[in-house]
Amino acid sequence: MSFIEFHDLTHCYNQGQENEYMAICGVNLSIEQGSFTVILGRNGSGKSTLAKHINGLLLPTSGVCLVDGRDTQDMDDLWAIRRQVGMVFQNPDNQLIAAVVEDDVAFGPENLGIAPQEIRSRVDEALKAVGMEKYKSFAPHLLSGGQKQRIAIAGALAMRTRCLVLDEPTAMLDPQGREEVLNTVRRLHDEQGITIVYITHFMEEAVAADRIVVMDQGRIQAEGTPREIFCEVEAMKAGGLDVPLAAELAWRLRREGMKLPGQIMTDEELVQALEAYGCPLS
Amino acid sequence: MSIELKEVTYCYMPGTPYERYALRQVSVSIQDGSFTAIAGHTGSGKSTLVQHLNGLLQPSSGQVLVDGIDLKGSDKEARAAAKAARRRVGMVFQYPEQQLFEETVEKDVAFGPKNQGLDPGLVQGRVEEAMNLVGLDYASFRNRSPFQLSGGQKRRAAIAGVLALHPRYLVLDEPTAGLDPCGREDLIRMIQKLHRDWKLTIVFISHSMEDVARLADSVILMNHGECVIQDDPDTVFSRDDLLQAAGLRPPHIQRLLRKLQAAGVPVQTRAKNIEECLARIREGLKHAQ
Repeated sequence: MSFIEFHDLTHCYNQGQENEYMAICGVNLSIEQGSFTVILGRNGSGKSTLAKHINGLLLPTSGVCLVDGRDTQDMDDLWAIRRQVGMVFQNPDNQLIAAVVEDDVAFGPENLGIAPQEIRSRVDEALKAVGMEKYKSFAPHLLSGGQKQRIAIAGALAMRTRCLVLDEPTAMLDPQGREEVLNTVRRLHDEQGITIVYITHFMEEAVAADRIVVMDQGRIQAEGTPREIFCEVEAMKAGGLDVPLAAELAWRLRREGMKLPGQIMTDEELVQALEAYGCPLS
Repeated sequence: MSIELKEVTYCYMPGTPYERYALRQVSVSIQDGSFTAIAGHTGSGKSTLVQHLNGLLQPSSGQVLVDGIDLKGSDKEARAAAKAARRRVGMVFQYPEQQLFEETVEKDVAFGPKNQGLDPGLVQGRVEEAMNLVGLDYASFRNRSPFQLSGGQKRRAAIAGVLALHPRYLVLDEPTAGLDPCGREDLIRMIQKLHRDWKLTIVFISHSMEDVARLADSVILMNHGECVIQDDPDTVFSRDDLLQAAGLRPPHIQRLLRKLQAAGVPVQTRAKNIEECLARIREGLKHAQ
């Protein structure tokens, strides 16, 4: 069942003005309930603009965005939509507002007027889900970038969100923080069936997805499984994007005439293929 | 000619309950003409370290010498010399595009040299030169608003503002963070060009060990406010113990070659970039057959 649907979605910034800019041009896409979708594309391709439609931060200039069957342009439904879709942005320092971690996570449910005991259990549950329960009485500014992003995710979980939209959540993090955030997102997807829409410039992170959508100049340029997308090395490079290291190496070795299987994407697959190639008899 | 840090210790908010040592006894040197990388995970002291290079922070103890001049001038004369020395070190912060503010790219790039009291007749030449160096054609970009440029272009405009000051050393704090693969590659090529053709000494902070392996000829590895090693990249990346303690891993290329080695393909694991990695694989396979 599709959870998010875009029908002929177009978004134009500054419409009718001199600096009018078409960020999205007629996108049709549906994102399944419980799926893990990665959106790739170069800067300015419309990824973030598209993501902001999912919880109605932006409304379509034309076309429709449906979330769980509700239209984001219907003001009566907007709050219900926002409860179901949590957003996490790039800069960990811009998203936390309270002086103590647990207060920050409680901010959303408090605003919904939920009973204090219920808030308590939601906050504990959310912090546990992102592996940050030990830090509940810390001040957010003392945490690392990866930990701050996990608190931001916990804030969305405390709203009992069914879908997380993450817009380059790891861009400002070090490798360790990046891994923490990606593992947390994967776990939430696997264990709680939360629908994930994940924007990133790191191709190695995109391998974790069920499906990849590639955007270019406001349009969908390609979609498919990570394997399908990353095997088109030439097309990806032409679009200013990259592929995982193993896919690139395999592609270049094949071009030199080496007979390697065509669908190599991970280090392990490449090692296995080269091992077999190097010692064909063993 | 070089920047020398001698036993630099820096303490944030000394004497308060929030007292925290960000640097402890750091001694490193940045040689003239080098391409030096500073690596370490968040909170290891990298950014505090680079802020010492042009005197934005003064050490709690220890010395910073730029071309032999102590940045902590003791008397009036020494302070004037220190001020001149600081100007030799250009600083590009993280997300420098957030510091753009003028109406046009030309005015923004001109802000620094003007502020330093450079003769107005010379300012335009500096601006033109700096914009062309970063790949923003002077004629077509001078009158554009910096806010209407793309992310990569904005960042290059901000770097032009620093280059217009004619630094001898260029310090960049995570110059490629947040850019797409294409923008990242463009910016890296530009920095390489500044190093090669304009003979600028480059110091850069990076989380990407791939970039460090590819670009640097000297690596400063920071952990808990200490410099645990300063050496060439090959040596640093062979020290798994230090890297792991610092929360880092060797570049992906080298990890992959090691996995191949472990699987019985006789490959060498030294490789700086994809070309070298491919060469190692070819050699290894030839050897195996």
